[in-house]
Amino acid sequence: MNNIVFLPVLLPFLTGIILIFFSKKIKAQRILSLLSVILGIVISIVLVRNVHHQGIMALEVSSWEAPFGIAMVADMLSSLLVLTTSMVGIAILVYSFYSIGIEREKFFYYPVFQFLLVGINGAFLTGDIFNLFVFFEVMLMASYVLLVLGGTKPQLRESLKYILVNVISSALFVITVAYLYSVVGTLNMADISRRIAEAGQPGIITVIAVSFLIVFGLKGAIFPLFYWLPGSYYVPPIPVIALFGALLTKVGLYSIMRTYTLLFYHDQGYTHELLGILAIPTIIVGVIGAVGYWDLKKIIIYNIVIAVGVIAFGISLMNEQGLSGSIFYMIHDIIIKAALFLLIGVMIKITGTSNLREISGLLNSYPFLGWTFFIAALSLAGIPPFSGFTGKLLLLRGAVSGGEYVGFAVILLSSLMMLYSVMKIFINGFWGPPSPSRPRPYADADRVLVKRLLFPAALLVAVSIVYGVAAEAVYPFISQATETLMQPDIYINAVLKE
Amino acid sequence: MKTNDLILQTVTKVASPVIFLFSIYIFFGGHYSPGGGFVGGLLASGAIVLLLLSYDIKTVANILPIDYKLVVAIGLLIAALTGTGALVFDAPFMTHAYQYFDLPIIGHTSLHTAVLFDLGVYLVVIGVTMTIIQTIGESE
Repeated sequence: MNNIVFLPVLLPFLTGIILIFFSKKIKAQRILSLLSVILGIVISIVLVRNVHHQGIMALEVSSWEAPFGIAMVADMLSSLLVLTTSMVGIAILVYSFYSIGIEREKFFYYPVFQFLLVGINGAFLTGDIFNLFVFFEVMLMASYVLLVLGGTKPQLRESLKYILVNVISSALFVITVAYLYSVVGTLNMADISRRIAEAGQPGIITVIAVSFLIVFGLKGAIFPLFYWLPGSYYVPPIPVIALFGALLTKVGLYSIMRTYTLLFYHDQGYTHELLGILAIPTIIVGVIGAVGYWDLKKIIIYNIVIAVGVIAFGISLMNEQGLSGSIFYMIHDIIIKAALFLLIGVMIKITGTSNLREISGLLNSYPFLGWTFFIAALSLAGIPPFSGFTGKLLLLRGAVSGGEYVGFAVILLSSLMMLYSVMKIFINGFWGPPSPSRPRPYADADRVLVKRLLFPAALLVAVSIVYGVAAEAVYPFISQATETLMQPDIYINAVLKE
Repeated sequence: MKTNDLILQTVTKVASPVIFLFSIYIFFGGHYSPGGGFVGGLLASGAIVLLLLSYDIKTVANILPIDYKLVVAIGLLIAALTGTGALVFDAPFMTHAYQYFDLPIIGHTSLHTAVLFDLGVYLVVIGVTMTIIQTIGESE
């Protein structure tokens, strides 16, 4: 029985429920949620291994046969993303122990954390378009709570905007699913794909495809729809920003990837071209923000927008190198964004400010933090031994073989600007004399606390280094994922068992 | 000013048990007729809200000394465990089972594990509604 496909969803769900019962006993909450995410990582490793050996695994929930019941499908892309999610989840959880504060911990922080994982893992693993909507809502509800938890004034203001945007996009999601259902008459993704292929994607399906692009673009922050992101991601505490920045936008991108490779691939001249046209301004806008700001959080937040554009561009290419580059880059970006947010969180903890102009000379007192940040920065920009390199290289080769030279140039230049934006943090924050306004700079910070906070961030950077150096070993998994995306028949046959 | 709400309170005493009974009826009828856990739960919390309207929060808390957040958790746990139970029997998650039994008073009846799932929904709906209403009612 393929019940293991459902375990990455079930485990955090049960943990979250049990955690509600003793919400005031913080120590027990911490231990239980830590055990749960460790078990989660074991499960997802087993899942990746099984999918690697046996091909796509599909679970027919409730024992109803595929197009009639809900199918949970783990192909290589989904299982790799689930594995990445649990690795990032464990680091952010450990970071939360020392930084989130007792007030938030007492008010259901850990249960909501688990429910967010339920939503993310569910969205990655589902094979049913309406079930995808439900898991999106699970994820968004949890993110509303995490965003507003604590109740400071900026948090209230930004969560109002965030909820408004997401309620509208969710309504649009339902409407789009309704259109799709009225045209094809089924909700199972494999079955939808088969019926669209039979009809040869008439105009109305292309309209629906563009509506899906708008919906997932709102969730994933693509160019004209990204406006809510910089404000909303600025206000919550650091571990929550890391969780959002690393994972939430990637769920939107995963959905675009899934729908555009599995369902709407017959009229690529229109849909995929549109995605490519939107991806390039996304990169440019992100670059402008990342270079323009002198605020640690804003710089990294705009780097999310750049990465969204790069991944979307890879999807729009629809050739093997472009897609595998996208997948490689997405996994890299989840890890490195979480690491960068945690690292600037440590910097903010030490200096008490996120304004880069007020920080200088950290390297003297905190060399380990400085060099970890340096490696993370190089990795973000895609310097060869580190993990950003392989993904971008594949993407660029895909762009050349697809003849997209504008995108090629924009991605190369954007890498330079990404490097500039994070090196700006390194050079201004870590080099130079310690800031003159403080007599004994940063020495009074709680060193034990800093060490504890630094540990999960350094762990993520280490994972990222391994991911980059061992690209040769990782590549078979990525190419297996790409193969499924390039040939929807593999997916359809695995789900519908023909 | 203290108004005399004798009539309201007396009517509530008669009406709320009826609403509770109707909620249970709707809950058990859900498999064969319109109804089920969601409406049933809403009706039950409607009865409690009626109590809240005619008495005050403290009195109702004395009558029903329940922490509704725990009701939500218990409901979720019941629903999740019903699904998880299928794993024990090596069936896909959420696979339900049913069997006919000859019960003493009701007679020949089918018992279905979906009722347990619905019980979870029922409790979650009551818990969520009452948590919302009590939290808004108590905050100044």
